[in-house]
Amino acid sequence: MPYFIFLVVFVALPLLMVLIYAFQDQSSGKFTFDNFAKFFQRGEDLRTFLYSIEVALINTIICLLLGYPAAWIMANSKLNKSSITIMLFILPMWINMLIRTLATVALFDFAKVPLAQGALIFGMVYNFLPFMIYPIYNQLNKMDKAYAEAATDLGASPTQVFTKVTIPLSMPGVWSGVLMVFMPTISTFAIAELLTLNKVKLFGTTIQENINNGMWNYGSALALIMLVIIGISVLLSNDDSKRDDEKGGMI
Amino acid sequence: MKKFFAQAYLWILLILLYAPILIIVIFSFTESKVLGNWTGFSFGLYQNILSGKVGMSFLKALENTVSIGILAAIISTFMGSISAIGIYNMRGKKRKAIMFLNDIPMLNPDIITGVSLFLLFVAFSIPQGYLTVLLAHVSFCTPYVILCVLPKLRQMDPNLYEAALDLGATPRQALNKVIFPQIKPAMISGFILAFTLSIDDFAVTLFTKGNKGFENLSTYIYADAHKGGLTPELRPIMSIIFVFVLLLLIIINIRSSRNNKKQEIRI
Repeated sequence: MPYFIFLVVFVALPLLMVLIYAFQDQSSGKFTFDNFAKFFQRGEDLRTFLYSIEVALINTIICLLLGYPAAWIMANSKLNKSSITIMLFILPMWINMLIRTLATVALFDFAKVPLAQGALIFGMVYNFLPFMIYPIYNQLNKMDKAYAEAATDLGASPTQVFTKVTIPLSMPGVWSGVLMVFMPTISTFAIAELLTLNKVKLFGTTIQENINNGMWNYGSALALIMLVIIGISVLLSNDDSKRDDEKGGMI
Repeated sequence: MKKFFAQAYLWILLILLYAPILIIVIFSFTESKVLGNWTGFSFGLYQNILSGKVGMSFLKALENTVSIGILAAIISTFMGSISAIGIYNMRGKKRKAIMFLNDIPMLNPDIITGVSLFLLFVAFSIPQGYLTVLLAHVSFCTPYVILCVLPKLRQMDPNLYEAALDLGATPRQALNKVIFPQIKPAMISGFILAFTLSIDDFAVTLFTKGNKGFENLSTYIYADAHKGGLTPELRPIMSIIFVFVLLLLIIINIRSSRNNKKQEIRI
């Protein structure tokens, strides 16, 4: 099967190269753990790494807090009848991420907001909020409304219906949203630099700088560390197949 | 009252989401070099684009983006559809292995895909440029096409293909006259998805473009922003892209809601 060969050459082999380079010495090419030791010894990169996780977590939580109510309102036919609003929320996903980021920078410039950590968080939320709203909305929308009605008939108050029925049933959507926001935020580069005029650096930028400056082995080791984090978050949510279905069905 | 608050919440979020885009659109109608500095209404920037005053490198980047997007979408739709038919007929371990590999590019962050392909090209000393970018784009677009086509194949009645063979069609004729017409809608949405993924890509292109001066729109904007200050002509370009996408989405939306209505009537 030709596609299998294509996948091996362009998916499996490149990842194998990352693995090989990560355990290779820059000058001699011998097997070594030095690249990883360097990461843990050099405080700067480790700090950037932890800071990136922190930013990604904050971003994911804010997106969830802002996005869940929005998705819930849109899926609730009593509160929102038009399908135009959901379309308006999805629309920014089709606009180039760099263009959106530069537009945010322009807005901050215009409003005279200093470009610092606050701007970074706002810019990230602005970029990723649609990715949180869409899967949650999808999940809430296909939820059988009879469950909520049954709970009401059985004497549950609206708050109870929400916490005991709606939230548990929407969890698959929430997990997809969390993954779709957390994973890209942790790996973005360029966005942070542009939003803070190079004041704040995220882990993606560290990887890119190392690769760019010819430090391929160290850069590969960093990429491998990120890959492990991604793998863990996918396993934790154990819902990756759903996420792909949703991505594929976006059109 | 509750409805009012709900609607107000949605619209406040939307206004916040769209504020930056609106600023870009508004300032595409003024000629000032710096954004946020209003120097009077003018179509100057739009005229600059039409008369080609924006500089060759920018036009080249735009051309690269579109041509890579179309080529990558065509190749990955073709390869993805054929492979999906192959995967559909596979069973057991072989299918599992190929689906596992197929999932990787979709789960991998762009930067990892970019770095890994970069190392591949470097290790085998393949010169990087247009061709490597195209190959990279095909490799991350094809899995999405397969994801679009596979469910459609599962919905198809497997007896149709058998019936065509029984009625004397060669396997090739059966493929062309029975299977392809059935999965055509999925192939079209796969094509659109692949095209949008490709023209939107930044990270993978950045790592696979080499240093011979190949740029696409994203990497051009990135380099431009790094030099300090954005080319003013990018503002009208962004506005045009935005309006184009908006119209496209509205058309898709109206068409699908019309189809839904038709189906309701039929039922």
